[in-house]
Amino acid sequence: MRDFLIKLSKIERRYIYLALFLALTLPLIFPPNFPQKMSPTVKSVFEFIDTLPPGSHVLLSADYDASVLPEVDPMYRAVLKHCILRGVIPIGMTLYPQGAVLALDAFKEAEEYLGARRDTDYVFLGYQAGFQAVILGIGENIKNVFPKDYFGTPIDSIPAMRGVNNYKDIALVISFSGSSVPVTWVIYAYSKYHQKVAAAVTAVSAADFYPYIQTGQFVGMLAGMKGAAEYEYAVRKIMKDEGIEKLPPAKAVKGMDANSIGHLLIMLFIIIGNLGYFAAKRRK
Amino acid sequence: MHISTDPWVWVAAILTLAIFTFLYKDNPLFKFAEHLFVGVATGYGLVIIYFNAFKPNLYQPLFVEHNLLYIIPFFFGILYFSAAIPKFSYMMRWPIALLLGIGSGLSIPLSFQTYIVEHTKSTILRFPYPNAALFINALILFIGVLTVLIYFYFSYPHKGAIGTISRIGIIFIMIGFGASFGYTVMARFSLLVGRIQFLLGQWLGIHTVM
Repeated sequence: MRDFLIKLSKIERRYIYLALFLALTLPLIFPPNFPQKMSPTVKSVFEFIDTLPPGSHVLLSADYDASVLPEVDPMYRAVLKHCILRGVIPIGMTLYPQGAVLALDAFKEAEEYLGARRDTDYVFLGYQAGFQAVILGIGENIKNVFPKDYFGTPIDSIPAMRGVNNYKDIALVISFSGSSVPVTWVIYAYSKYHQKVAAAVTAVSAADFYPYIQTGQFVGMLAGMKGAAEYEYAVRKIMKDEGIEKLPPAKAVKGMDANSIGHLLIMLFIIIGNLGYFAAKRRK
Repeated sequence: MHISTDPWVWVAAILTLAIFTFLYKDNPLFKFAEHLFVGVATGYGLVIIYFNAFKPNLYQPLFVEHNLLYIIPFFFGILYFSAAIPKFSYMMRWPIALLLGIGSGLSIPLSFQTYIVEHTKSTILRFPYPNAALFINALILFIGVLTVLIYFYFSYPHKGAIGTISRIGIIFIMIGFGASFGYTVMARFSLLVGRIQFLLGQWLGIHTVM
């Protein structure tokens, strides 16, 4: 048994890659459909949007690029659909050059599945350069920062932007990011203008952001594919309850099924590795 | 199973597989895909910044509307290129100094408020607590912050009581690292899952994947 454990702990890494690949692929082909229970930080964001009066505005900042797409993009799509389902007007923007096309795709999906109409049900402002300058500028007047939307329509002539001048007219800002941009929103929008901010971030940076929930600087947080899956699951439930038959792909929910199996395998590897280590140590 | 007929999906799939070949070892296919990505991302970023930043914020107001006030940012911006001429490269410091001055002035008070004041406030024990769970949570946070701060206090030898407290601090740091590692595993898996979903779903058309 001891020899077997030592041998197992020294297994070639290519077999580990293969095992991981199978553990992540098979649940995608044969989905186990694990239930998604909403965690408190996700619930805070969900309930905040869910209880907003129709016609309120939420700023969705797509501060991400293709490198974090599998985690952050499903969050953006789910929150966007939630806003439209509740009659809340999402204002899309981005501080990342690549974010504009990615976010635009999410708005097109909302048009396809929910019949959302541009300039009436949602606004898409696109990209503007300069992180701090943009965030501070919106605090003064959003029209100075974005005189036109992504499609070249002057902001003044967009019906959904009527009465929106600065943060006072925006109920919540959500920064979707794979970096520290949500903290930049806290520094310049929350600390200076007392704007409510939430974060939707990759798992790798999530641990760094928990203190901001403790302090109340973030309303809530969607962390990694798990956060995306929880939100996506809840939004799909609303869509089903409202009798919408054609549902969008559940990328995060299905991805999280695979992720869960992968985690079990990693835990198994850690246990085997440790047992092998102690077995080898005992032999010496 | 309906294999995609979209040529762009095929390009993306082949490039994804080219990147995955690195798992075997570094090879020309991987290098090609890597360099192509860097080139495309840079080119794309440059075009977006030209049309979204340079043109509306400088070119249009200065050269089309003749707003002469914009000569000042134009002048400071052009000084960045002085780095290419060794004789005048010192001039590059002027726009950097300007940006640093404005940036520091804006961020120092707000960063102090964000990082120090708010975070210190949230570690202070404020009685009474509505329930025992909230009190325990606040107490763990209070002990954690104090012990970790003492662990990083190097002006006094970590012996006796200070040594014991700093060892408790290490436990808190290790728990933090453990949480970060767990999340990192999830993040890396998620990226791989995203690519597998693309390959199996969009490329090979296995419908259960999406």
